[in-house]
Amino acid sequence: MAVADSHDTAHDDHHDHGEFIAHHFDSPEQQFDSGKLGIWIFLVTEVLFFSGLFVAYTLWRNHHPEVFEQAHVFLDKILGGLNTVVLLFSSLTMALAVRSAQLGKNKQCSLYLLITMVCAAMFLGVKAVEYSHKWDMGIFVRSQFDYTGGHDTSGLFGLSPYLIQLCAIPALLLVGCLVAAVIGKLTNKALFGSFMIGMTITVAGFFLGAGSGVVYMSATGGGTGGSHASHVSETQPLMLHAMTASEDEDHDHGEEHAHDDHDHADDHSHEHADGESHEALDGDHHGDAHAMDHGPDPSKFDKDIGTFFSIYYCMTGLHAIHIIGGIIALAWLYWRSLAAHWRPDYFGPVDFVGLYWHLVDLIWIYLFPLLYLIE
Amino acid sequence: MAAHNVPIGPMGRQKYEVEIMSSEAIRNTFGTPETHFLNHEKGWKSWAFTLDHKRIGIMYLIGVTIALILAGVFALVLRTHLWSFDGTGPVKLTNAQYNQMFTLHGAIMVFAFIIPSVPAALGNIVLPMMLGAKDVAFPRMNLASFYLWIAGTGCLLFAILAGHGLDTGWTFYTPYSIETETGVIYATFGAFILGFSSIFTGLNFLVTVNTMRAKGQTWFKLPLFLWSLYATSIIQVLATPVLGITLLMLIAEKTMHIGIFDPKYGGDPVLFQHFFWFYSHPAVYIMILPAMGVISELISVYSQKKIFGYSFIAFSSIAIALLGFLVWGHHMFTSGQSQVVTLIFSAITFTVAIPSAVKVFNWLATLYKGSILLSTPMCFALSFIFLFGIGGLTGLFLGALSTDIHLHDTYFVVAHFHFVMVGGTLTALLGGVFHWWPKIFGRMYNDFLGRVSCFLVFTGFNLTFFPQFVMGARGMPRRYATYDPEFQIFHQYSTIGAFVLGIGIVMAYAVLVYAAFRGPRCGSNPFRAASLEWQSSSPPDFHNFTHKIAMCDPYDYDSQVYDEELDTYVHRELAQPSKPVEAEPQPAAN
Repeated sequence: MAVADSHDTAHDDHHDHGEFIAHHFDSPEQQFDSGKLGIWIFLVTEVLFFSGLFVAYTLWRNHHPEVFEQAHVFLDKILGGLNTVVLLFSSLTMALAVRSAQLGKNKQCSLYLLITMVCAAMFLGVKAVEYSHKWDMGIFVRSQFDYTGGHDTSGLFGLSPYLIQLCAIPALLLVGCLVAAVIGKLTNKALFGSFMIGMTITVAGFFLGAGSGVVYMSATGGGTGGSHASHVSETQPLMLHAMTASEDEDHDHGEEHAHDDHDHADDHSHEHADGESHEALDGDHHGDAHAMDHGPDPSKFDKDIGTFFSIYYCMTGLHAIHIIGGIIALAWLYWRSLAAHWRPDYFGPVDFVGLYWHLVDLIWIYLFPLLYLIE
Repeated sequence: MAAHNVPIGPMGRQKYEVEIMSSEAIRNTFGTPETHFLNHEKGWKSWAFTLDHKRIGIMYLIGVTIALILAGVFALVLRTHLWSFDGTGPVKLTNAQYNQMFTLHGAIMVFAFIIPSVPAALGNIVLPMMLGAKDVAFPRMNLASFYLWIAGTGCLLFAILAGHGLDTGWTFYTPYSIETETGVIYATFGAFILGFSSIFTGLNFLVTVNTMRAKGQTWFKLPLFLWSLYATSIIQVLATPVLGITLLMLIAEKTMHIGIFDPKYGGDPVLFQHFFWFYSHPAVYIMILPAMGVISELISVYSQKKIFGYSFIAFSSIAIALLGFLVWGHHMFTSGQSQVVTLIFSAITFTVAIPSAVKVFNWLATLYKGSILLSTPMCFALSFIFLFGIGGLTGLFLGALSTDIHLHDTYFVVAHFHFVMVGGTLTALLGGVFHWWPKIFGRMYNDFLGRVSCFLVFTGFNLTFFPQFVMGARGMPRRYATYDPEFQIFHQYSTIGAFVLGIGIVMAYAVLVYAAFRGPRCGSNPFRAASLEWQSSSPPDFHNFTHKIAMCDPYDYDSQVYDEELDTYVHRELAQPSKPVEAEPQPAAN
């Protein structure tokens, strides 16, 4: 743009000012404006990235509303609501973090960022409980969908093996971060040490989320106890009702079946340690369904519900990936807050990641009612 | 100034004093500078980790050229296979190999060559300089885009090397792409990554044009190349994410059978087509719009005449970008979509012809009474107008419902989009590269050999693809390894033409590469162009401009005066003040 050297000398003379201004910008404002426009355009691409799934959702819901009506009851509104609250709260702390960065209050900013990260990790923890619970029951994507209603508790402490697997990487991270934090403290690398302590707390947030999920599940009969009776008794009649909606005498069957399921669930809760009887019971359950069915083929019917879960897993999975990406970006900000980089004329990155975080939050605000709150 | 007391509020950009340059500084700027972006740092690391948009542009140019050669070789192999109707020609491919050849030709050409060719290679080099900026807004993202390009192209190549190839066609239509055992996952993942590369470039350009313009560089002083790049970037940013999620869903469908596209599990394969073309039709405009921008520059410079209808050309680019989003269904007239929708898509398709024609008419009007110099870039630009004219007009045949039913999936379609993609984009790329080559390397190419290469490209191209219109109209379907004997003569013309075209392209690159190392030195502005990049030295400085830019209309050629001593054109305000200005027609103070 003009004599480039004038900038370079400015860099040298006032290093603390020019530190974060890239050479090709004329002023902090130009740099900030560019970043702001850039992040907004990026958010547009993000929205469009999700749009494909929203279109798929709309089409399927339009063509097969009954599938959505029956499938959504497998989603737990309380856990979903908990996650919604957690994410909304994290958006608040993110906004506060942006505010403190604008004022140059780095300490405060790092605290808010830490809370945001913990909330994000908590969200993932709750999600892990939700996912593993569904996988236990055989609720997978369309082609793998094989609803058994079973609940595998053969993992450690009577937890689902799926949950244990999902927790493996966070557990490793937790240990790694803790060790790194100790090393940092011991070798007097204060910044690294505090950063790693923050990351340890963040990863612990995952277990906080997973723990609350598990406690909730067991409190309502779905968790470690191996039973999910409340779930099934709630959901199964609905399914059946729709299955046999065209039949006049469906009422009786529906009740009968619900009763079956109660029994089945109870049996299951008694014998949950016994894998084989579990299998047998499932077999019975299916047999019953076949025997009593006069309408549509129940196995096919189950499979169609699988498409709802295909979409559910795609949407929430992609959203979870964005949460993970958000945590990485937040961790970078956290590091820079600890290093006290933010000043009233330089806080762009916090602002930009904040916008991204609000978008991730916003997408969940759409996903929650679309998936969980179907009436 | 106490810089740390900078207020939060809006701060004026730094003001630069107008300096009167010493004659030495002028020589260094408008003659041949001693240090420039090509030699201010040395070693492979200075290239691999560079954040300089010019170096990234050159690396992109090399990359896309390799992709062009690779995919071009695939094309030559399959054209040779088609020499005889029963597959007994000089190259004998099995049907499966033939399917893989045309798929890889298409996938690599589209995703790895044409889409990044003009924007990421030429655009990267020229865009910041045209704005008067030092670099793009996000140089690291720019470099990341290049490495994503490498990674994505690597995935596409891995699909070949993994042993199974790829035989779905570049469109990956379901359900076949779900069933085939070829490397669809690698290839779609590669295309997914290339999509991000494309998004990064587009995002960067949008922000750069919005926030990095030099003082006084207003929107309507932007060269038209920038308007077309801007329109292209809009498409890249809005359309590519949809392709990304579509390809991810395809991968999920293939690995886990989620039942969204796969009819076996209740999915809708036509939904995939909708998603795919929602990106891939706008992608057609990602390919052609930047080429149109290049042509706007070339036609004006080599006619030495102000571009005719500046704002019409500028807004027609935006119009094409927006209309391009509303016509994807014209790829699916035979897919069974509803008749009403088909009718609407057909109607909107015709409206795209309007902004396209606006451009062509404006170029022709610019030529009228211009002082036309038939140098190599201009030869390419004129070929572009001719070939794009045919490519565009035959698009109308395909947009019309009844004729499309007859012509769908025939060689007519193949010829049509090759006239636009090769006759349009490749021709414009070559023309643009010839035009800006002296700027990039400070050396002049051999104009005669350049024109010969242009002639070969033009002749070879027409010989290749014109017969395909004829056989397509007579019912020769595309993507077949063998065919009826009556089409053999057309295929043989086509094969000969493909080789002539190949020789022409290789010759063009040979002329350029020779010029980059051995060509005679040239001054900063040998073609008397008026857009800002010609005010920098050739090759440009690392910071692009070492002096105050003289802001002017990019098509005001009278502003450039000839400097005998330097043997180049210099902006009037920058010409050595002591020297009397050459006897150029001086317009009234503008």
